Amino acid sequence: MITPHRRPRIAVHKFSSCDGCQLAFLNLGEPLLALAEHVDILHFAEAGPVDESAEADIAFIEGSVATSTDAARLRGIRERSRYLVTIGACATAGGLQALRNLADGQAWIEGVYASPEDIDLMADSTPIARTVRVDLELWGCPVNGEQVLGAAQALLAGHLPYVDHAAVCTECKRRQAVCVMVAQGTPCLGPVTGTGCGALCPRWQRGCYACYGPAVQANAAALASYLADSGMPPDEIARRLLFINNQAPAFHDAGRDWQARVIQRSGDEETP
Amino acid sequence: MKVQRFLARDRFPSLLARLEEAGYDVIGPQVRDHAIVFDALASVEALPRGITDDQAPGRYRLAASSSDRYFDWATGPQALKPLTFAPRETLWTSETRDDGTLVFRERLPEARPTAVIGVRACDLAALAIHDRHFLHGAAPDPHYRARRENLFLVAVNCARSAATCFCTATGDGPRVTHGHDLALGELDDGFVVEAHTDRGRELLATLDTSEATAEALAEVEAGLARAADQQHRRLPAGSLPEQLQAAVAHPHWQDLDDRCLTCGNCTAVCPTCFCQTHVDAISLDGREASHVRQWETCFNPDHSYIHGTVIRAERPQRYRQWLTHKFGTWVAQYGRSGCVGCGRCIAWCPVGIDVTEELAALSQAPTNAPDEAPAPTPGRVPGTVPSKAQGQAPAPNRREGKDD
Repeated sequence: MITPHRRPRIAVHKFSSCDGCQLAFLNLGEPLLALAEHVDILHFAEAGPVDESAEADIAFIEGSVATSTDAARLRGIRERSRYLVTIGACATAGGLQALRNLADGQAWIEGVYASPEDIDLMADSTPIARTVRVDLELWGCPVNGEQVLGAAQALLAGHLPYVDHAAVCTECKRRQAVCVMVAQGTPCLGPVTGTGCGALCPRWQRGCYACYGPAVQANAAALASYLADSGMPPDEIARRLLFINNQAPAFHDAGRDWQARVIQRSGDEETP
Repeated sequence: MKVQRFLARDRFPSLLARLEEAGYDVIGPQVRDHAIVFDALASVEALPRGITDDQAPGRYRLAASSSDRYFDWATGPQALKPLTFAPRETLWTSETRDDGTLVFRERLPEARPTAVIGVRACDLAALAIHDRHFLHGAAPDPHYRARRENLFLVAVNCARSAATCFCTATGDGPRVTHGHDLALGELDDGFVVEAHTDRGRELLATLDTSEATAEALAEVEAGLARAADQQHRRLPAGSLPEQLQAAVAHPHWQDLDDRCLTCGNCTAVCPTCFCQTHVDAISLDGREASHVRQWETCFNPDHSYIHGTVIRAERPQRYRQWLTHKFGTWVAQYGRSGCVGCGRCIAWCPVGIDVTEELAALSQAPTNAPDEAPAPTPGRVPGTVPSKAQGQAPAPNRREGKDD
């Protein structure tokens, strides 16, 4: 249990990210104000309070480790925090910016910036858990604000939160949403993606694009084969898997496999 | 005594009107999001008139029907299941009072009398299985019972089958035989209405009907025969429980690992699957808690997490468990197979896995030497839930982690 003689302290830290996960938390509105009545929010730049050196009972981490200073800053936060919770795809899997892990990132920097020597960037964008111990990972791009609040509530009550490891499909069916893949032929990554979003996209007639990361036993290779049999070109299969959570192993491995087939095929075509 | 009457097509709206007057909320089939689903029915105009479906493994499409009938379609993604076994509901809440004592409150659903129009024979067979599961013994499920006891069921005899239907193979259709209050047989000019219960007879008596002619009755029979003839999917001959028990190490299970996504769609659309998980939510001040039950699938490793390990941790083992339970051990448990032949698991599998084909393969002797058991997926240790991110200190999942 959190020590009862003082109010629990919460910090929300930003690493390499778009701030969208902080905003998803902030957008909770009234429930966040209710939380603030029970805890001290010491550091949450998007909401106002700034004290990055604060000691906290729960440190929520947004963003990936992308620069050399990030890692040192992160280790300091870990030392000052009782629970460390990653929020969102960047913090949990390296994020969209980890696409550079799959390419020549240095060439991109030199192509984009007038003074590339001023850019301090590590070769890879990596998840928080690659650098420090993480107590809980919450996926999503952005994270579900309700899920962050639920995690805070559970940790403050002294137990680890419930995280649903079912695929998006399970949540679709719980909400009686009609499967877009079966009824419309819309490619959907829901069968290999973990829920947490409330099946948001399929409920609005859109295929899931896997922003919540792989389901716990995601069979991405099998889904990719089926999409290929249904006529999806290999490069599109690779792009769908190597997207927001491209460094999550289940998506990375299957995506790289299909990317290799594209390279193989274009190589074959060049051969007279 | 069987009461059969003829209800002319232009009098059909009176069936809804009489049900509403009798105090029922009326639920019926209608088109939503490119499928026929069951929802509150405002009028007969909302019924899927002149619409049919084209179903195949992993595929469901609506199409214009060649007839003007209301029920010229086979089962959609839902059965009665969501109406009786709610996908998500609060079972009870608790509160800490000022003196520190705990008080628990049961949260029964506010179930209203509900009439469902358009139920098929397979749906009724599934409902009977659920009744056996949820209402058996000294402690029936009060949430299921509250909804179940409020149902008035208007069934429809099928006059066509989808390509995925195989109720003739399980013996559950296409004829409506039990569990309904009224059964409709649709003809081009009206319906043969058959009452099966006292309240069904009472309702039928309030309708402006005429005698059902021998021709009308014969046409309903012809429709049933047509529906049965259209089915071509079969189950293996002989005892499936014995065949599945013998196939526990069959190499075909591993073949499924190349196809099965373990997404759980088959279990969610199955009208007899009843697995569930329970989740507690606590208020910020820790004084109030609610205990929620929601649909779960045996394909989720969390479902078989028991005291530090996941039983049947590998993907092929999960499919094996589902299929072996549904067609095998279910028989010992409930006195019959858990399959009613509705074909939903075939149509709504996103990658079109067909249980009838898998059972056929598993009932054959393996073509190569059987393995001891399904081989584990490379790089995965059986009995563990893999952490989702790579190359990191393992983050404890919700059950492994201990607070201090």
